[in-house]
Amino acid sequence: MNLIQRLLAGLAICALTGCDRNPRSSIGPDAAPVELRIAAAADLKFALDSLIDEFRYSHPGIQAGVTYGSSGNFFAQIQNEAPFDLYLSADIEYPRKLAAADLALEGDVFGYAIGRIVVWVPRTSAMEVKELGIRSLLDSSVKKIAIANPQHAPYGKAAVAAMRELGVYDAVQPKLVLGENIAQTAQFIESGAADIGIIALSLALAPEMEARGSHWEIPPESYPKMEQGGMILKSTPSPEAAKALRDFILAAHGRAVLKRYGFHPPEY
Amino acid sequence: MDWQAIGLSLRLSFCTTLILVLLGLPLAWWLAQTRWRGRFLIEAVVALPIVLPPTVLGFYVLMAISPRSPLGMFYESWFGQRLPFSFQGLLLASVLYSLPFAVQPFISAFTTIDRRFLEASWCLGESRTRTFFRVAIPLAWPGVLSGIVLSFAHTMGEFGVVLMVGGNLEGVTRTVSISIYDHVQALDYHTAGQTSLMMLAFSFAVLAVTYSLQRRFVHAWPTR
Repeated sequence: MNLIQRLLAGLAICALTGCDRNPRSSIGPDAAPVELRIAAAADLKFALDSLIDEFRYSHPGIQAGVTYGSSGNFFAQIQNEAPFDLYLSADIEYPRKLAAADLALEGDVFGYAIGRIVVWVPRTSAMEVKELGIRSLLDSSVKKIAIANPQHAPYGKAAVAAMRELGVYDAVQPKLVLGENIAQTAQFIESGAADIGIIALSLALAPEMEARGSHWEIPPESYPKMEQGGMILKSTPSPEAAKALRDFILAAHGRAVLKRYGFHPPEY
Repeated sequence: MDWQAIGLSLRLSFCTTLILVLLGLPLAWWLAQTRWRGRFLIEAVVALPIVLPPTVLGFYVLMAISPRSPLGMFYESWFGQRLPFSFQGLLLASVLYSLPFAVQPFISAFTTIDRRFLEASWCLGESRTRTFFRVAIPLAWPGVLSGIVLSFAHTMGEFGVVLMVGGNLEGVTRTVSISIYDHVQALDYHTAGQTSLMMLAFSFAVLAVTYSLQRRFVHAWPTR
């Protein structure tokens, strides 16, 4: 056997037996670190990154890693026993359904934030979105309007509901283009491929986006409340660590960070 | 089942394949014939989409055709329309993405032709164009057919690039693969399953027919 073959064989054995995994039973500075896998909605990207940094500092025994993506995708993956410990969805209905299917620890679903939506235009646009408000979507210079796919993305559903409520939906409907999730919707507008769009306030306030455009918040009463909720998976090997992170997010400081990144508290 | 998406995918694949035949055959012929030393550079560029993730291609295509880019500005001033989120934009991306799947089989088919047949045709006074159509293409036919089928099938199955540049417009850029993805996302596994099964059957049928035809053609016109 040559060297490469040996290396490959070694890797294969590692992968099969999981020799890189640490025992995930105990917490504490002496014990091996506990690994925590979090599946989180894309709109949490910036807020949760910042929260996790602080969590790592205060809980050195827990190694938390986050996968960001579409809540619906995670829903399907968790139904099929994806190895996550904590699920933070953009729509509380997904964890509720999983809890109903007996996949949540102690049947427990928690709300952690309320999502907010904004009309966003890039800095290069001449439009005064803050003055025009929702009417900026009707501007004659607008050819394409990006929203998240209302068929499955919570932010897309909210955007459509708000446009209907504010009476512009029929006029703008032929101009809509659909992002796969809220982050792609933001990219469509930021790249100039679409002229304007409706995205999450949490993305509009993100450092990467804030300097590149301006936004107008859509009045929350014009769309159904976007309750974001999460759950700890029943299959988690480290329930204590998962609970520690959940409590950290729900505590006063966690809420303050979420608020700074454009979320309302869950009871808002 | 989403018939509109199926129709759109068929139309996109047909147009992509047509463009690839028109562009790809001369390009492949030139690459197979040329003695230019820089030839490997063109071959590498043509093969790039095999190696590049569709996300890279999609990301660059969207930036390149956005109304702020020179190409996007030129297109808008010329045609009065915009490329992103249009059928034409998607077609451009598909042609780039499927280019190697057409050109590579074309090149290998052309390089296996016995050069003496071509020289004999030229000596008999046929022009280069007529020789290309009456000698080279018939001799290279099995390879040309694989190129056509591969690029058609590859475009039918394209997902990543469409997701990156399409914008999911019904009847314009919502292809079969995107429609299946949407149904899965909306937890409508039944429709997703039906359409997926249809795609599986279609892909198998296309490939089976091609291989059987190819065998027949190879027997009919041995290249050596």
